[in-house]
Amino acid sequence: MFARSLVQRAAIPTTRSAVRTISTSRVALSDKLFVHRDTSDNNANVKFEFTPENMERAKEIMAKYPPQYKKGAIMPLLDLGQRQLGWTSLPVMNAVAKMVEVPPMRVYEVATFYTMYNREPVGKYFLQLCTTTPCQLCGSTEILKTIEKDLGIKVGETTKDGKFTLVEVECAGACVNAPVLAVNDDYYEDLTSETTIKVLESLKAGKPIKAGPQSGRHTCEPKGGLTSLTSEPTGPGFMLRPDL
Amino acid sequence: MLSSKAFLASTRQTRNIIVKTAVRSFASEAAVPPVRTSFGNLKDEDRIFTNIYGFHDYKLKGALKRGDWHKTKEIILKGHDWILNEMKESGLRGRGGAGFPSGLKWSFMNKPSDGRPRYLVVNADEGEPGTCKDREIMRGDPHKLVEGCLVAGRAMNANAAYIYIRGEFYNEASNLQVAIDEAYKAGLIGKNACGSGYDFDVYIHRGAGAYICGEETALIESIEGKAGKPRLKPPFPADVGLFGCPTTVANVETVAVAPTILRRGGKWFAGFGRPRNAGTKLFCISGHVNNPCTVEEEMSIPLKELIEKHCGGVKGGWDNLLGIIPGGSSVPVLPRNICDDVLMDFDALRDVQSGLGTAAVIVMDKSTDIVSAISRLSAFYKHESCGQCTPCREGTSWLANMMARFENGQARPREIDMIEELSREIEGHTICALGDAAAWPVQGLIRHFRPELEARMAKFRQDAQIQV
Repeated sequence: MFARSLVQRAAIPTTRSAVRTISTSRVALSDKLFVHRDTSDNNANVKFEFTPENMERAKEIMAKYPPQYKKGAIMPLLDLGQRQLGWTSLPVMNAVAKMVEVPPMRVYEVATFYTMYNREPVGKYFLQLCTTTPCQLCGSTEILKTIEKDLGIKVGETTKDGKFTLVEVECAGACVNAPVLAVNDDYYEDLTSETTIKVLESLKAGKPIKAGPQSGRHTCEPKGGLTSLTSEPTGPGFMLRPDL
Repeated sequence: MLSSKAFLASTRQTRNIIVKTAVRSFASEAAVPPVRTSFGNLKDEDRIFTNIYGFHDYKLKGALKRGDWHKTKEIILKGHDWILNEMKESGLRGRGGAGFPSGLKWSFMNKPSDGRPRYLVVNADEGEPGTCKDREIMRGDPHKLVEGCLVAGRAMNANAAYIYIRGEFYNEASNLQVAIDEAYKAGLIGKNACGSGYDFDVYIHRGAGAYICGEETALIESIEGKAGKPRLKPPFPADVGLFGCPTTVANVETVAVAPTILRRGGKWFAGFGRPRNAGTKLFCISGHVNNPCTVEEEMSIPLKELIEKHCGGVKGGWDNLLGIIPGGSSVPVLPRNICDDVLMDFDALRDVQSGLGTAAVIVMDKSTDIVSAISRLSAFYKHESCGQCTPCREGTSWLANMMARFENGQARPREIDMIEELSREIEGHTICALGDAAAWPVQGLIRHFRPELEARMAKFRQDAQIQV
């Protein structure tokens, strides 16, 4: 009813300009829709079952939690389902709920709260670019532009061939190696525009280059040469207190 | 009350004493040990994490070679009082940001058992912008963490440890899982851990992308399979925590340094850094430095020395420095004049109205758009607010929206005071510290860069008038 009156009121100014317009604040949506909308591949009637192999894994996962707290396994099981299907559809959530014996709503709550559950299909390569301050300082904005230009998609979109999906993520936790692009589970670090394109080309060819820093660094050591840990690590019993 | 006569007598006595002492020599003065005034320059042999760069084998064989799992059985057999005393003596303060004394925190768990199991939860949900130290521990030195779980677990008589790793750290989690499997196989954990007669399990729980799960009660909720929304305290986790049982949540670094401290003695660890800020610490230096890196250094090292020595200095030289965020995104930014001589420890940074946090140093040179940098942090907190408390849910959106306008200077100068007041209304009015964390960067910006904000607003108005 409220919605209808809104529509009517909103419609009036087009005919009578003297009537004041409705001013609303900007709708603050998260980067994803929280509400489920039935689609042909995402509704309760679609079948989803864990493969026998994953059933074994699921049992291992559930053994980690006390028997009266089976629902602790919701998060790892959703992850398992996502890895099997490629995304977290409604049937995946329902299957998990059945497995840990909770009402489906408890699983929906979890699946909508955490950002790593993709409730829509994503491309084969899920590109997650960190754009938080430390990466921003090191040029993630330029990397973002490079990727958008190279793939012809904007943040949140998937390429037509279904190979790439690009999203912006908050701090990926590899700030020393900024800028960071996570492709599925692997981090490509120390990126520049050129190396980003190189990474993308290798993915397009289906032969991903080695993950990690693309600047020739091993991990997080200073690139100008080691300033610490230059000597061989000390062995067992070094500086051991006398009373042990 | 003293009579006047007695008073006179007593003054006479003191006078006598003064005369007497004047005769004595002052030879006893030298007994006070000299106070250390310079810090830094940590030697390799004093570094706890010897494989953070991943040049050596992270697996059990390599870990044993580097001295992990040495005499762990003896440590466990010493009992919880001994471990707790050593930890208290070491002066270790929690490495996750708050800096609570670890020995004291662990001792809260040792109440008489009421039959409920006890848990140690390790916080590896490293999401604070700027911080990337736990990642290096987990992929380079995972056995230090597993061994740390065992000795810390023994100190609080815990039955099991859950390590909560952020979901994005897939490869790190898999390294750690390899370490755990090896430790089980070698009998180092599990039933009769290390042959000490003590049973202890270690499990990994992977998160799924929520910064808020780094808060201890949100983390507990998350392991229980719920949305990560912080709980009201009290009851504190030490009374009612994971699965309703006594729980202690500790940072990866805190837990991982424990075995080395116990092997070398609390006194050894307390010998580094200023009093009450003892020990060594992993510093992650990111942003505008020539060689960003993670490095273990002594606490209380001067900030300038840390950057010049390990990172090859600020890009364009120290004079090109604009400001530094010294402890991860949650702490206020410091301008250059403070950075010149500030020490990197809890007390020194608190005294300049910032904080050590997780010791994640974000360096910004003069090419930085400081307003945009802080605005990006406000957007981060808006994204990561769990939405449970109104001041934080609404306030972080307001902060982000206003900061977005400030970037162009599209505001009136009086709005600077309004946003300051807004941040004060968020700070301290929420269940967890995310509200505070969102407020502090903005407050720091206003405290030190107000002229910059005002100049932008003036320029925006000028440009707008010219266009008209």
